[in-house]
Amino acid sequence: MAELFTQFDILGAFRMTILLTVLSAIGSLVIGTIVAIMRVSPVRILQFLGTSYVNVFRNTPLTLLVAFCNIGLFVNLGLRLADQNSPTFLVDNNIRLAVLALSVYHAAFVCESLRSGINTVPTGQAEAARSIGLTFTQTLVHVVMPQAFRGAIAPLGNTLIALTKNTTVVSVIGVAEASYLMADMIEQRPDVLYTTFAIIALGFVILTLPVGVAVTSLSRRLAVKR
Amino acid sequence: MSEQTVLFDAPGPRALRRYRVIAGAGGALSLAVLAWVLVKVGEKGNLTGAKWSPFLQTETWTEYIVPGLVGTLKAAAISIVLAGVLGLLLGTGRLSQLAPIRWVSSVIVEFFRAVPVLLMMLFTFALYSTNNVFPPSQLSLAAVVTALTLYHGAVIAELVRAGVGGLPRGQREAGLSIGLTDSQTLRSILLPQALTAMLPALVGQLVVVLKDSALGYVITYEELLNKANQVGTADQNIVPAFLVVAVLFIVINYGLTRLAVLLERRLNRRGRTSGRAPAEPGALPVDLMRTNTETG
Repeated sequence: MAELFTQFDILGAFRMTILLTVLSAIGSLVIGTIVAIMRVSPVRILQFLGTSYVNVFRNTPLTLLVAFCNIGLFVNLGLRLADQNSPTFLVDNNIRLAVLALSVYHAAFVCESLRSGINTVPTGQAEAARSIGLTFTQTLVHVVMPQAFRGAIAPLGNTLIALTKNTTVVSVIGVAEASYLMADMIEQRPDVLYTTFAIIALGFVILTLPVGVAVTSLSRRLAVKR
Repeated sequence: MSEQTVLFDAPGPRALRRYRVIAGAGGALSLAVLAWVLVKVGEKGNLTGAKWSPFLQTETWTEYIVPGLVGTLKAAAISIVLAGVLGLLLGTGRLSQLAPIRWVSSVIVEFFRAVPVLLMMLFTFALYSTNNVFPPSQLSLAAVVTALTLYHGAVIAELVRAGVGGLPRGQREAGLSIGLTDSQTLRSILLPQALTAMLPALVGQLVVVLKDSALGYVITYEELLNKANQVGTADQNIVPAFLVVAVLFIVINYGLTRLAVLLERRLNRRGRTSGRAPAEPGALPVDLMRTNTETG
């Protein structure tokens, strides 16, 4: 077992998994918040755009998005997200394309989580805010959103867990994270198939279990007491 | 869309004017983005008739798209049926009166829920191929179905548990008080109501199964995405091919999502089950919300 750790860069692969998770989490939170605000805004066309975004990306397989980012955006359309002269251009570019695909995909779920968070805010809160003369933006920023984020911790956390597991999909475009390494290990050392699977699977249990526990306790602690 | 009336008053003349300005700006911006995308896509010749004409030929559909669609639907159909059976077993296992059965089911459910589907797929593919469990032609299908069944079986087990947990306590008490045993109560009183209540969530799960079946791309299962890739390589039109397949996925999945919503409304209106239908993410209990935001 120890020799597997020396032969393969298992920790490095999981570092990449964590890096992808963190970057995509930030990206999807930003995009998802914008889309959620569009969906609850009073302007029809923004609502429509937000709803379309969610319907399109929630119903498309992530595998398709990831593959398209590489084959479509990069190879065919020539989108470059890294310095082309850099020696690590292909690696960097693929990582950034992967983060792009993961962020865009999970933003749809972040948006739905936030919307369910907004639903937990009682009507009286927004009514009170409006009755003291706050505008839509002020109501949203100072009254509704802070409570909505706290109410949305559970679904947001679950999106984060799903995101952690979904980073495995970017091995499709050759980003060297955990599942890419696993495919490599299976090919080179078919004799230790079970150990390989156990190590990588355990890695994901270790990554996702604490998040699940933290989310449950945070969502209880931070829930707005009513 | 009830929350919208909560967040803002009925707009007056000034607000209406402002909304129109924002709507105009938003519309113009999105049109500009769309135009820019079309120009960029067109620059590489993706909008020429030659790139799209393969989709007007019957061969493209009979050779690639339809077999791919059949592959995707076949994997999804087998998986959802097997996952339903597994989920029912594990779900009732977690509700069992016998502690060891409960523990074993819990460990199995938590493990398969924590492990990414792709890992399971790679593992079962390698496992089956080294041990020659299936004929080579069925190998990738078997691996896809196994991985999807194990993962979604665990998810459905949680749905079953939540469905039973969502029933009023009186249901179980009534069963026990007329002399049924625990397992009889579960089988003939709790499960039928719970299953009806979770029908929308099950249909929603089918969407996730369909999306996840695209992971078969990695182990060369002949599903829609793989076929799109083949079309794109054969006709040099990868971008149109991906777009067509994406639209197919979106149409099917959107239809299923609508069906789930309809089912839920119908169940709520009919009110024949005392369970809640947990199809909206907001209505799900905390530890279950994961199911609605799953992979792809």
